[in-house]
Amino acid sequence: MFELRDLYQQVIVDHNKSPRNFGKLEPFNHEADGYNPLCGDKLHIYLQVSDEGLIEGVSFEGEGCAISVASASLMTDAIKGTPVADFEQRFEAFQHMVTSDLAEEPDLDTLGKLAVLSGVREFPSRIKCASLCWHTLKSAVEDSHHVAKTE
Amino acid sequence: MFDIESVRKNFPILNQQIYGKPLVYLDNAATTQKPQSVIDAITHYYAHDNANVHRGVHALSERATKEYEITRKRIAHFFNARSESEVIFTRGTTEAINLIASSWGSSNIKAGDEVLITHMEHHSNIVPWQMLCERVGATLKVAPINDAGELIMEQFDALLCERTKLVGVVQMSNALGTINPVADIIHKAHAVGAVVVVDGAQAAAHMRVDLQALDADFYVTSAHKMYGPTGIGLLIGKEAILDAMPPYQGGGDMIRMVTFEKTEYNDLPYKFEAGTPNIAGTIGFGKAIEYIESIGFEAIEKREKELLAYATAQAEAFDGLRQIGTAREKACVLSFVLAGVHPHDLGTIVDREGVAIRAGHHCAMPVMQFFNVPATARASFSIYNTEAEVDTLFAALKKAQAIFA
Repeated sequence: MFELRDLYQQVIVDHNKSPRNFGKLEPFNHEADGYNPLCGDKLHIYLQVSDEGLIEGVSFEGEGCAISVASASLMTDAIKGTPVADFEQRFEAFQHMVTSDLAEEPDLDTLGKLAVLSGVREFPSRIKCASLCWHTLKSAVEDSHHVAKTE
Repeated sequence: MFDIESVRKNFPILNQQIYGKPLVYLDNAATTQKPQSVIDAITHYYAHDNANVHRGVHALSERATKEYEITRKRIAHFFNARSESEVIFTRGTTEAINLIASSWGSSNIKAGDEVLITHMEHHSNIVPWQMLCERVGATLKVAPINDAGELIMEQFDALLCERTKLVGVVQMSNALGTINPVADIIHKAHAVGAVVVVDGAQAAAHMRVDLQALDADFYVTSAHKMYGPTGIGLLIGKEAILDAMPPYQGGGDMIRMVTFEKTEYNDLPYKFEAGTPNIAGTIGFGKAIEYIESIGFEAIEKREKELLAYATAQAEAFDGLRQIGTAREKACVLSFVLAGVHPHDLGTIVDREGVAIRAGHHCAMPVMQFFNVPATARASFSIYNTEAEVDTLFAALKKAQAIFA
């Protein structure tokens, strides 16, 4: 049977306790809000993209459950220093991982450390906790000025 | 004599395992489980008596109508309404409040008037009044609460004035468990000429409600928090007030005579029951009330007090636990946050131990804002819960702390 520790792996617990890239980014040239009205999770993402299209900095503020905080922490870590052009592919890969069949192994090449979040598949009501930060970052990348939701 | 084992046997759903552990259902403030008698009554209705009400001359329709109207009588008696024509069936508390806001509100609340509610209302006793106030140019006033989650009566008194046309107050808070002094509130509101809506969604399964003694103008509640089915609830209003109100929805059953030029509306309560009602739900509601009566409020209140005291004592001794809502007058609800563990993680973790609690804002976001928490975990108790189940909950909380240690 799927165990709680598969969801709350030590990496997730650690990132929740001391989230990376937490706080306001200076300078930043993109930002977005994310909100999950069901559970009240709130997130703000700051993003600095260079003229060459490189994500130079990314950070987040907000409050949420361990899954949501750890996911944002892991995401910002993974995305920092990568070309913004690659974001869409990363986003899709993450979405696919958290909604795919349990039997499917996560794509470690694309996802790397983010694969620790694949456990949320077993907890349907918690998938949104993991994906809110991704939707918020997408809004920031696209400068959509809409509050990101997971729907 | 209250026998917990036989009470538990009345609820078939309780006898199951969740992830290999016995189900511990502590989400009763969201919805209660249903006794076999309610389940059987609904099945029996569809298997034997199903027909539309108030229409047919055939045997089935007569049976369905009889059951439907007997239930109305039973409910009128249960709440001590003046007559059954004051009992209007709705989809639930939310629809009942919207009915009042739309029908009574639109014809009685004008620009410059005030609607007074409390800080501990849940969204369905906030939003309909906000919408009404916006529509007519009235002002929504909110009576504050203290750190224990109690209404501050002096401030309520200060906000109540001749501009107040309506007071909306929850009898028992779903997020905090606080029981409000509604008799006192009604008395004071009437002194300034305001009508009072009492939201009894959380209270009606836990304490006797005597509407004539309370002198409430409107009382609303939902069956599903009283061991009855979802999708059925009620509005009980004073006949003179209901009589003067325009209909809420138009359609079948609420009319006496229809021509294209003019429609003559039906008498109470049918004026407010347009369309085919939730007949099976209503019959199930009646059985749920019969079930509550068979146990009796004296036994229910005594038992639920014991259980809350037991849980509260454990909560007070639990390291890192902060209770949200510590009113002197409270019932059935233990709302809390745990240091270092977000309520949603808590909800998931205790679920794996078979324990069902609510984690979230409990449809009362302003309450969360007051206590400066994004959400709380809430265990809410009912007559079928046991001390052993409370122990299981606290053991599960320990497990959650260990995961995040």
